[in-house]
Amino acid sequence: MSMIKVTVIDREGTSHELDAPTDMGMNMMELCKSAELPVEGTCGGMAMCASCHMYVKSDHALPEKSNDEEDMLDEAFHVSEESRLGCQIHLADDLDGLTVHLAPVG
Amino acid sequence: MIQTDILIIGAGPCGLFTVFEAGLLKLRCHLIDALPQPGGQCAEIYPKKPIYDIPAYPSILAGELVDRLMEQAEPFQPGFTLGERAETIEKDDEDQFILTTSRGTKHRAPIIAIAGGLGCFEPRKPPIENLSNFEDTGVEYIIKDPEFYRDKKVVISGGGDSALDWTIFLADGVASEVTLVHRREGFRGHLDSVQKVMDLAEQGKIKLLTNAEVVGVDGDDHLQTLTVNHKQQGEMTLDTDHWVPLFGLSPKLGPIADWNLNITKNAVEVDTVDYSTNVPGIYAIGDINTYPGKLKLILCGFHEATLMVQSAFKRIYPDKNLVLKYTTVNGVSGF
Repeated sequence: MSMIKVTVIDREGTSHELDAPTDMGMNMMELCKSAELPVEGTCGGMAMCASCHMYVKSDHALPEKSNDEEDMLDEAFHVSEESRLGCQIHLADDLDGLTVHLAPVG
Repeated sequence: MIQTDILIIGAGPCGLFTVFEAGLLKLRCHLIDALPQPGGQCAEIYPKKPIYDIPAYPSILAGELVDRLMEQAEPFQPGFTLGERAETIEKDDEDQFILTTSRGTKHRAPIIAIAGGLGCFEPRKPPIENLSNFEDTGVEYIIKDPEFYRDKKVVISGGGDSALDWTIFLADGVASEVTLVHRREGFRGHLDSVQKVMDLAEQGKIKLLTNAEVVGVDGDDHLQTLTVNHKQQGEMTLDTDHWVPLFGLSPKLGPIADWNLNITKNAVEVDTVDYSTNVPGIYAIGDINTYPGKLKLILCGFHEATLMVQSAFKRIYPDKNLVLKYTTVNGVSGF
């Protein structure tokens, strides 16, 4: 199994270093949920809600946002240039060291 | 007063299938849902998405699943109270629950089945500190009656179809002034609505502010001004009578949180013997419940509904014996 390290900073500012498998088709929303971090993932990962909104803090080159993701971020609050939906960040080997900050719930 | 045997809160897949299973035991059902249409998440969030884990359906669209569940429930003539949120419950002197909705509709039943999924869908509210001060005095999250805005100045926020459609509608001789504020340059609504809004802006019939966001509300007794933050131009002030932020819906557990049920992490704890809660006569099935090993799958909700109605039957008719009858042998005889 190939693993990478990912850092998730929760809404209280606490940093969680997580081991993330890259061969299980997982995304950041699912990783946070499996680590029992407070990420809702209401729609299950279809980019149809914005409950896994997070800010990407490291300078990893992520794939461009899809229209669906852009549209959903329209309905989120506290959106910035760093905003992404966690469910659209698919865990892959080149994301080793990724750091994200959970967006406020709103 | 609406009287039934099982009062189902939530008209999603799980609630709808309960009608069928209860019907086989000659129990009548009535469903309450905060949304205006049955189907829950399947109809509201992802009607056009395929589901692949419904037994015997290699693939079925969520909206189609709802249609089929409605068809399956139909012989048992379920009642519906839609667009109303289940608000309060009390017991009467005959040990029946009296449930009152947000609009005051009263329902009476010996059994309540909470099939509320993620909770009730409520408008997403922008995180502005004093916003709630203006909720009855100029800030509305849903447009109920467009006449309410006649000859008024209205600001609408959002980039989806409802924001575009209402902008177009209110600009057509209803409101005295319409401003649409949207965070991005692009809109995600239908192309022809987007074009129409662009045309209206060009003709000077509406004011269009893109790359902008409402960040503040102010006024004395009634909303008077909005503070808008524009990406290039910085902060500006808009005079208005109304602000309608349209940012979609998000689910909240809602009033059932106050029904003295044991709740863990926004879910209702149940006994897996029959999916009963800690309150006798109230059951919880589907995504809203939790127990060791819980999986939030439609498939599992169907199973829970089936076992739950057996227990409900025994509660309503403690002296009657229940024999499992197969539909293949007996068919389905409706009411």
